[in-house]
Amino acid sequence: MPGDIAVCIKQVPHPDCLAKLSLDAARGTVNREGVPAVINPVDRNAVEASLRLREKLRNRVIALTMGPPAARKALEDALAMGADYAVHLCDRAFAGADTLATARALAGGIRSTGGIALIICGNTTIDSGTGQVAAQLAEMLDFPCVTDIEEIMPEDGASLLVKRAWEQGDIRVRVRLPAVLAVNAKINQPRLPNVLDIMAARQKEIKEWCAADAKVEAGCVGLAGSPTQFWQAGEFHARRQGEILRGSPDEMVAAAVDKLKKLELI
Amino acid sequence: MKNTHQVWVWIEHHKDVINVGSLGLLGKARELAQQLGGGNVAAVLAGTDSPQITEELFSYGADDIYLADDKSISLFDSESCAGFVAGLAREHKPEIMLWGATSLGKEIAARAAVKLDTGLTAHCIALDIVEIDNVTQLAASVSGWGGNAIIRIICPQKRPQMATVKAGIFPPARFEKRQGGIIRVKAAQSPARIEVIEVITAPERADAPEQAEVVVAGGWGMSSLGGLEQAAELAKLLGGSLGGTRPSVDAGWISHDKMIGQSGVSISPRLLITLGVSGAAQFTSTVQSSKFIMAIDKNPDAPIFEMADLGIIGDLPEILPRLIEKIKAVKDKK
Ligand SMILES: Cc1cc2nc3c(=O)[nH]c(=O)nc-3n(C[C@H](O)[C@H](O)[C@H](O)COP(=O)(O)OP(=O)(O)OC[C@H]3O[C@@H](n4cnc5c(N)ncnc54)[C@H](O)[C@@H]3O)c2cc1C
Ligand SMILES: Cc1cc2nc3c(=O)[nH]c(=O)nc-3n(C[C@H](O)[C@H](O)[C@H](O)COP(=O)(O)OP(=O)(O)OC[C@H]3O[C@@H](n4cnc5c(N)ncnc54)[C@H](O)[C@@H]3O)c2cc1C
Repeated sequence: MPGDIAVCIKQVPHPDCLAKLSLDAARGTVNREGVPAVINPVDRNAVEASLRLREKLRNRVIALTMGPPAARKALEDALAMGADYAVHLCDRAFAGADTLATARALAGGIRSTGGIALIICGNTTIDSGTGQVAAQLAEMLDFPCVTDIEEIMPEDGASLLVKRAWEQGDIRVRVRLPAVLAVNAKINQPRLPNVLDIMAARQKEIKEWCAADAKVEAGCVGLAGSPTQFWQAGEFHARRQGEILRGSPDEMVAAAVDKLKKLELI
Repeated sequence: MKNTHQVWVWIEHHKDVINVGSLGLLGKARELAQQLGGGNVAAVLAGTDSPQITEELFSYGADDIYLADDKSISLFDSESCAGFVAGLAREHKPEIMLWGATSLGKEIAARAAVKLDTGLTAHCIALDIVEIDNVTQLAASVSGWGGNAIIRIICPQKRPQMATVKAGIFPPARFEKRQGGIIRVKAAQSPARIEVIEVITAPERADAPEQAEVVVAGGWGMSSLGGLEQAAELAKLLGGSLGGTRPSVDAGWISHDKMIGQSGVSISPRLLITLGVSGAAQFTSTVQSSKFIMAIDKNPDAPIFEMADLGIIGDLPEILPRLIEKIKAVKDKK
């Protein structure tokens, strides 16, 4: 395959800490203070998929993230897994991005990197989980895109065969390169780097790029470039006229079963 | 066409069956059009001109149907579909566009949002028309983190305002037939960079929660019983299906295709029993169509009790074995 593979990874709060996140209601941003961060889990599958393709296609794998300075850690993890080098899109101007503005920054990063034939993303993140970024990135680069991928098989250098999932089964698709693929967690088992891998990763380069380096206008990215805006926080109520049972376990269970029987639900 | 506010719905279909999510969105679109002060609801359809489908769209709330003239456009080709919709939207300038949050629908919506340079809000669980700074606009609610927290998102400057919604959030409703028109629109296929080789429709699984009349949903509270064995037993006893929350999937107790919620399936059983499910908005929003919900949880403040028809506040190791026994006794008598 003529060209490199870019793998997009996002740093997210540790899954066990999601319930502790809160919104800064005034700015509509997320308070991540004191919450440990990890690579978005399925993005590790994306890194693994990239590395496996590299073994067959002998190109380079470049890990790409847009995020605050701390997101460098996610890139270090990807380098330890085996990525060749990394690009960190890091600029205050990127903060507060919606998916459109995120995709714009990533597209700038891809263009400025140059020579990318394939972009692999995760299907969705665990923190906001819109699942929109991959397709938007593809549209901006005028690439085809396939999401929800469970299998990738390289063909000749010009196309890939993939199996994607959808609500009613699977679809086998041939996709021409250059392309954007978004993988789900079924695709593989991500490798765990050992100490040597981690040491080797320290020698690898992480390029840190601001908006100008990625050749994107500051006004097109981040909060300023986001068409969607946080308006307010609220609560979801789907209220029903519920009956809460009281008493001993035996009494409550008896009353519940009586009610279900009466309503012919059991 | 009448020069009023337009609310559009992208129609997903397969083998002449319209996705229930799309049908539900037509009804919601009617509501939004009304709140905008009178408007037109249009269904946007590609890949078929089956009269059965167009009839159905009119009876579920469409005033008009925009139909791609090229029947060979496949819904699996998100580039062509997005190109078709975006071209149409540039010409007719709808105020709002709604999409099912499906695997394919999301892809088309995301591409169209870029073409139209507008915002797209994902996995909405409520849609309202509000006035902010003298601008009448769409407020789209999405789930937040922890309990029933939600976040309301707006798109104040760009049009159309676009949102994706999972099936089951807005159940379909029939409306009086409208004097609708079918407007055939020229649609061009994008250069084929994607070739669909095979569409494999999975056989209907008897144990799929989204098909079941009775669903038992196990949450993280089932860790008090070491997993979902007893939940599975209850499901079997009731002839129902076992599903669970994300923590149950993460723990390896059930497979991902049985996860209920925003990132999983929507359900609409006659009876839903939740066991140790706290009731996060990502979960509750997709079970609203259940006819009867019984919740068991030890925390009286768990949001799940707000949406339950019947609640038991108690410790699962004490309640669940008794419940199974009692239901067994009832079944044995029959
Ligand atoms: C609760 C909440 C709800 C939100 N809802 C919306 C919404 O409805 N619409 C909207 O436009 N914005 C929304 N946002 C903003 C959105 O979270 C950001 O735009 C975010 O940067 C990308 O979206 P995502 O995490 O949903 O990405 P997804 O589309 O779920 O991510 C898919 C893949 O894209 C890649 N990717 C995503 N982000 C990055 C990154 N920063 N660097 C490198 N690769 C990346 C990864 O491979 C990832 O696996 C929301 C934010 C919050 C907090
Ligand atoms: C982008 C995004 C997408 C998501 N998508 C989904 C989704 O599709 N589906 C989903 O389910 N979640 C989803 N989540 C996660 C969701 O926010 C909640 O974290 C999750 O639903 C909680 O699952 P739970 O109720 O099993 O666990 P918890 O919230 O941990 O609740 C456990 C409950 O068990 C009770 N309990 C504990 N011990 C006992 C006992 N001994 N007896 C009785 N009760 C007991 C507790 O009181 C508590 O109410 C998503 C989150 C995000 C951010």
